[in-house]
Amino acid sequence: MAAIIGPQISTLKYSAPIMFESLASRFSGAFSSLRAKGKISTGDIETVCSEIRTALLDSDVALQVVDKFIQDVKQKSLEALPGMQSGSNQANAIFEIVNKELVEILGGATRRIRMAKNPPTVIMLAGLQGAGKTTLAGKLAKFYADQGDTPLLVASDLQRPNAVTQLQVVGESINVPVFAPEPGNGVGDPVQVAKAGVEFAKAKLHSIVIVDTAGRLGVDQELMNQATNIRDGINPNEILFVVDSMIGQDAVPTAQAFLEGVGFDGVVLTKLDGDARGGAALSIASITKRPIMFASTGEKMHDFDIFYPERMASRILGLGDVATLAEQAKKAFDPNSSAKLEAKFASGEDFTLEDFLEQLQAMSKMGNMTKLLGMLPGAGAMKKQIDNFDEGEIVRSRSIVESMTPIERANPKVLNGSRRARIAIGCGRKVSDVNNLVDRFTAAQKMMKQVRSSGMPAMPNMPANLSMPNLPTVSKGSTVKKAPTKKKSKSGNPAKRALEEGLS
Amino acid sequence: MALFTKLITRIKGGTESASSDWSELEAELLQADLGPALASECIEQAKKIKGATPEESLLQFLSSKLSSKSHEMSLSSSTSTILVVGVNGTGKTTSVAKLARFYKSSGRSVLMAAGDTFRAAAVDQLKTWGERIDVPVISGQENGDPASVAFDAAKNAQENNVEILIIDTAGRLHNKSDLMSELTKVKRVVEKTLPISEVLLVIDATTGQNGLAQAKMFSSTVDVTGVVLTKMDGSTKGGVALAIEAELGIPIKWVGTGESESDFSPFDPGAYLKSLLA
Repeated sequence: MAAIIGPQISTLKYSAPIMFESLASRFSGAFSSLRAKGKISTGDIETVCSEIRTALLDSDVALQVVDKFIQDVKQKSLEALPGMQSGSNQANAIFEIVNKELVEILGGATRRIRMAKNPPTVIMLAGLQGAGKTTLAGKLAKFYADQGDTPLLVASDLQRPNAVTQLQVVGESINVPVFAPEPGNGVGDPVQVAKAGVEFAKAKLHSIVIVDTAGRLGVDQELMNQATNIRDGINPNEILFVVDSMIGQDAVPTAQAFLEGVGFDGVVLTKLDGDARGGAALSIASITKRPIMFASTGEKMHDFDIFYPERMASRILGLGDVATLAEQAKKAFDPNSSAKLEAKFASGEDFTLEDFLEQLQAMSKMGNMTKLLGMLPGAGAMKKQIDNFDEGEIVRSRSIVESMTPIERANPKVLNGSRRARIAIGCGRKVSDVNNLVDRFTAAQKMMKQVRSSGMPAMPNMPANLSMPNLPTVSKGSTVKKAPTKKKSKSGNPAKRALEEGLS
Repeated sequence: MALFTKLITRIKGGTESASSDWSELEAELLQADLGPALASECIEQAKKIKGATPEESLLQFLSSKLSSKSHEMSLSSSTSTILVVGVNGTGKTTSVAKLARFYKSSGRSVLMAAGDTFRAAAVDQLKTWGERIDVPVISGQENGDPASVAFDAAKNAQENNVEILIIDTAGRLHNKSDLMSELTKVKRVVEKTLPISEVLLVIDATTGQNGLAQAKMFSSTVDVTGVVLTKMDGSTKGGVALAIEAELGIPIKWVGTGESESDFSPFDPGAYLKSLLA
């Protein structure tokens, strides 16, 4: 996957939980009150549904989509309720229902652009004014140029003043040729330009043609007819509907008008780097049944990525975006050391501080921890702590481990009081900091053992206060708890205690 | 359906209004992008008002949510400087040109400054507009410092006794702090030469609740004095602007209704509120 996207495409920006963060925290708020209940009544379902409704409306999901969603969730929950055993699992079962509905709306697996059997593949862009079509044309061209394709940009927006110039400047900046025989500003026939552009691409053996068109309102019949004429003139393999992620309730009438007017095969969401909650994604996907294929996340030409619906659904629900996190990690981690760690893990060997240090180093390579942590399950509920995450923590943890001898790193159980005091002096921290790190490490080690013996725990059942096993602590007012150790008695001597826990 | 129930209420005399009527009105407010909080507040409060019809009570309450500040432009006696700001793609450059044309046709001398040095060909776009409406444009280098363009324009306007100076700026998402501080710099630099009469925030009428976030951020950075609501010629109602009026007290001053330079007019509160329920 990472190889296809190419290193220039920044998944990191897209991965930032900006878009749905508020929706996610509203959802987790609604569910945590539901989880607190022992037995869920029909009234509780009503309450949680009305909370979800407000959250969705606040995120600009279209009213009709919200009401249908709520109705479905309510009905399915009420049907399932009598069959559920009372206890904490009820809340989870309802959570599952909501999750399923969300994934269903956002569409199943990602679809790629259908390539023409005989090149060039023709892609036509359509959308409202100011949605970001021209910028997107450039990003799309770069995306394919980076994969070895030879795209051609065609300037068929002859309406907006200097849209042609804009496309030319964009083309120049990414080194992609632009077919622009007409100056624009109201001069020239966009249908002719589009046709000639495709012919030109055939003659010059371009593999992909991207046709930029003028922005138009859904109610503007004349311009809609023009778009239809362009479509009929060039027979595109894909028509992409470009839509601003900040769009409100108008998303539905607009999307419908374009679907009926010119028709489209996929959706591109732009300006996802803003703080829009992106309800439009849900609305459009639900109403038009067309997949959201790409997401645009910034002003730079490489701020662009494939849209992953199931990841987005889990992010809305605060389940985290483990898939993107894993991709991110794959890029940063040294494959050799990962393989080594995996082999170690499989052979049942202990996870040592040496491995921990390697992970810390890789982690600092992965970049901003706040963004990465946002992708973890339960991130919505931990938003405050994540925002307060101290990036220096990694540096401090590293300095502590680096002040240990190889023997200590391989076998932390030998860490007695005097060794800890020496380490503290070595790294310039307090002994209590060293103790903290060792405690956390021991807990992580223990958790790894558990995982090995029982397999991965199921994601939805993870507690919201999930502590991250192999990460340093989320500090500063954190509610992340350390795994409680139910030992009859604890030795006051840290070294001894470590020994005891290690043996347990 | 909506029409029918409204008709029945009207026949009945309207004093007793079915709750289904209210929920339909609430749905209309929600679909107009007022947002769930404001919509439910409006319905709750309008219920207490004794109007001839629920719709009338609602209109009455809606008008109370408009900002108490003047919806007219406040211009100075010498050079009035208008700074136009907003997120990407809302129609800032077009609004700058329309505004220039509006003042020019009322007989004033106008100057435009091409402060969007970032987006490809934005300067050319404003220059093309300038030629069309015959208004001079001050521009700098592409990717140059927008503050220096604004400064040159302010100097020029002052020296030539230009009555209206309109400064275009690059679109920026309100959550990008570096770009927002660039905007404060533009404002600060202009204010060294000329006081700024108006800071207009351009809001795309199709924007949903994010418009409120935009207004909050821009307002706290550059003290927005009015809103230009663009793209009102589509199927959208632009209700988020009312939420901005209600929550932040920033008045809507202009409404854009099309691509031609004359599709632009001062805000009409009555028509706007009525269209929310239409």
